[in-house]
Amino acid sequence: MKKVVTSFLTVLLAASMLAACSQTASQPGGSGDAGGKKRFAIIFKNTGNPYGEKQMEGFKIAIEETGGEAILKAPDQPTAEAQIQMIEELISQKVDAIAVVANDPDALQPALKKAMDAGIKVLSLDSAVNAQSRMVHINQADPERIGRVQIQAAAEMIGGKGEIAVLSATSQATNQNLWIEWMKKELEDPKYKDMKLVKVAYGDDLRDKSVSETEALLKSYPDLKAIIAPTTVGIAAAGKVLTDKGLKDKVKLTGLGLPSEMAEYIESGVSPWMYLWNPVDVGYLSGYAADALVKGTITGKAGEKFTAGKLGEKEIIADGDGTQIMLGDPFKFDPSNIGEWKQVY
Amino acid sequence: MSMEKRVLLGSRAFSWKAFFLQWEWMLVLIFLFVHALNAYLSPYYLNADSLRDATMTFLDKAFIVLPMVLIIILGDIDISVASIVALSSVVMADLYTRGVPMELAVFICLGVGALCGYINGLLITKFKELSAVIVTLGTMILYRGIAYIILEDQAAGKFPEWFSYLGWGYVGPVPFIFLVFVIFAAAFILLLHKTTFGRRVYAMGNNLTASQFSGIKVDRIKIIVFTLAGLMAAVTALFLTSRMGSTRPNIATGYELDVIAMVVLGGISTAGGKGRMIGAILAVFLIGYLRYGLGLVNVPAQMLLIIIGLLLIAAVTIPNLKGRLGKGKRAG
Amino acid sequence: MTGKTLEKTSFGARFARFRELGLLLFILMLAIGVQLRNPSFLTIENLSDMVTNTAILSILVVGMMLVIVTRGIDLSIGATLALSGMIAALTVSAYPDVHPLLAILLGVLVGLICGAIIGLLVAKAGILPIIATLGMMNVFRGTTFLASGGKWVSAHQMPASFKAIATGSVLGINTLILIAVFIYILFYYFITYTRTGRQIYAVGSNPESARISGIQNDKILWLVYTIMGGLSGLAGVLWVAKFASAQGDTAVGYELSVIAACVLGGVSIAGGSGKISGIILGSILLGMLNNALPLINVSPFWQMGIQGAIILIAVVINALVKRGVDRNNLMRRRI
Repeated sequence: MKKVVTSFLTVLLAASMLAACSQTASQPGGSGDAGGKKRFAIIFKNTGNPYGEKQMEGFKIAIEETGGEAILKAPDQPTAEAQIQMIEELISQKVDAIAVVANDPDALQPALKKAMDAGIKVLSLDSAVNAQSRMVHINQADPERIGRVQIQAAAEMIGGKGEIAVLSATSQATNQNLWIEWMKKELEDPKYKDMKLVKVAYGDDLRDKSVSETEALLKSYPDLKAIIAPTTVGIAAAGKVLTDKGLKDKVKLTGLGLPSEMAEYIESGVSPWMYLWNPVDVGYLSGYAADALVKGTITGKAGEKFTAGKLGEKEIIADGDGTQIMLGDPFKFDPSNIGEWKQVY
Repeated sequence: MSMEKRVLLGSRAFSWKAFFLQWEWMLVLIFLFVHALNAYLSPYYLNADSLRDATMTFLDKAFIVLPMVLIIILGDIDISVASIVALSSVVMADLYTRGVPMELAVFICLGVGALCGYINGLLITKFKELSAVIVTLGTMILYRGIAYIILEDQAAGKFPEWFSYLGWGYVGPVPFIFLVFVIFAAAFILLLHKTTFGRRVYAMGNNLTASQFSGIKVDRIKIIVFTLAGLMAAVTALFLTSRMGSTRPNIATGYELDVIAMVVLGGISTAGGKGRMIGAILAVFLIGYLRYGLGLVNVPAQMLLIIIGLLLIAAVTIPNLKGRLGKGKRAG
Repeated sequence: MTGKTLEKTSFGARFARFRELGLLLFILMLAIGVQLRNPSFLTIENLSDMVTNTAILSILVVGMMLVIVTRGIDLSIGATLALSGMIAALTVSAYPDVHPLLAILLGVLVGLICGAIIGLLVAKAGILPIIATLGMMNVFRGTTFLASGGKWVSAHQMPASFKAIATGSVLGINTLILIAVFIYILFYYFITYTRTGRQIYAVGSNPESARISGIQNDKILWLVYTIMGGLSGLAGVLWVAKFASAQGDTAVGYELSVIAACVLGGVSIAGGSGKISGIILGSILLGMLNNALPLINVSPFWQMGIQGAIILIAVVINALVKRGVDRNNLMRRRI
């Protein structure tokens, strides 16, 4: 009897599901959302990140200026799998454009291709996806400049001679590896012949691991003169370690950091100066780029130009296999301006 | 039916109440509720394409749920599954990049997964002082560590065209991954509920010593179950890698917790000896569609976390409270 | 029974019966190995760093031991830690004159509430610990993100008195270490000499006989999770003070390290047994791994693999030695 009831109900359940499935509500197709507002989505790396919040804020401002609707998404864990899921969800919502800050440069390719095949315009910003996965990439600053300027800063801080080390994020972060490449290239210049890069350590963007790695660097290389940390978590962790150990004048610190996180260490002199850029502007530029792609003003080819609101006119340039749009130069944070910026982000 | 007949047949009279109070029916109810909620929230949900494509986003880890049910019925656990996914995927990709034909690489992927599972089983059965938790904790770190040694910070990919069919392809209107999952699910249901092997697994979960003394080869069964887990993790690796078109050592992070949540939601008790395969399968679809549906209305990640957490607890509490408020023993 | 009085066991005999002997020897071998590779390992400064970094972990391990002894598990401690740390950080940044002790109490309070909720779910609603803590882990983590409003609390927003919780020292010993030692002494006393402490072990050993002998299992279970929550809350404030930063995703996955330290230290997952001496060793081994691996100058890509191998070798050696010791004990018994 039990078996009969079970099978009967199972069939009933399956039938009702199929019936529900076959109800296809008529949807506006692709990106030709006739009459409605255009919808632009941005996917950041993870949630609860103030830098990401600022980027998404800038994106939203730009989209609203152009009369569209912004969708802000970020997964709770910085994984590619979670971003793939979000891309699928956006495809089902038939958005007009997707801007993504990638957790992995290659893993989003099939998902983003599916989006582009469905008529959605795809671009990346900050942390790039490979050229096949996007139409254009928004770069906050020239990676070459970012890499070189950090070495130049370190050299100035330590008088051009001594051992230096790099504290990075995760070993597979594309932008990190790109900047480190340029740092090494800068070091090949003969004027740095008395400086030596002894190690690249990975703090995985985890506070406690970054602390352990910094302490290990200090112990393994007692003559270390400077630490370059091109990652917000890493540089703040290193700052704390150097402060706690009273190494302020012995070991210098620079890199890329959030003004709010680094304010204490810049004011105390542990880090004489550091760099970053305005994430709001990065998001803002991406918003206008997405809008231009949807309107057809640009298609992502090198040489095209468009106007990005208050940022003025921007030109698309070549970048390896793909194209990118540059925001500007990295911005220097030092004791003279940190007080003002630490409130902003 | 006369008293004698009932006693002879050894079955209780059929009771509608007991039937519907079974855990699996509670899951079905919640499942239907989730569907209704999703449909209400978003116009993009009740759409054949949408519902169909949703399965492609969550079914990849569903393959591990199937053998995990067996492991948890045994009273053990395996938290190294995500690392096995990563290692088998990395080995496959690395070999392919070095010129091994893709078909062979796929087989090696499955082999690596099975081997990792086999090692888990071996360690657990040979060192009875060690619980499954600590062994799989160690192998979890070790296996992913090996993956990092192999690929370091590189990605490996650029697989042949046909490989992306696994994660993205359709057989008619049905996604390929869904089809494969249904086949494996059916196989595992038969394995657990219709074979002697399955019955022995339940027996071991209920009372290991008694099973041993009644002649069941407990060590062999444990090793087989853990090897199966490794093998299915490799299957997940195939589909996940196909979905991403490339692989790195850090893929599938956190998968083990998701899988365990699905199994436990499916009514399989971690105390061992209880639960049905269909429960876990329902749980997979329940959580999968819930996440998808809420994602369609762009619920922020932090709210999603809270909702899933509360759902897990509510789903388990309600029948528990019913049992406690009612008289005595729980059904099922 | 012979007529003899109980012999006093010699130190050597007790040592040979020490079941965690294998782990201790392994730690010593590892320490020597690392020292050979990098002589700055066994220095006061490095050991002090190592112990300071392990202090927070060890506080959590004590709580987890009690949970595991009752045949349970708690996967939510990372999230509780993050939540209490975030709330404490937000409070001191909004009210900088708050005394750091109050901040600590606030964190502990938040932790206690979280733990109490879980305790209710496990004891009163009868939910399996793994699912109750898995579910609440998500809820607490989501709440942490909501509380933070998507922002981080940074060093410049924290008053110096707050940060000094972690950097300050009394008589030359770092406060974190002092707090950890205090907790250990407190709990050693608790589980060895108080009735409630012994009852916890009874419940874990054999819940049925515990109930029959009059122990209120429900209360004990609830207590154990509440204690765990309180300790997580304490750890949260200490963490945030130590790193001078509170983020929404603090300590994700940390529970695994805590469980590893427990199990390495000989706490049985089946419940009913676990010693303070064991978990001290477990915490030390884990702390050593985090400290020593960056020092031995291998490619960073090998670090995880080495860590996994070491854990497996450690538990296997421990198991083999335990076999020997148990056999030893059996042979020594007079019948």
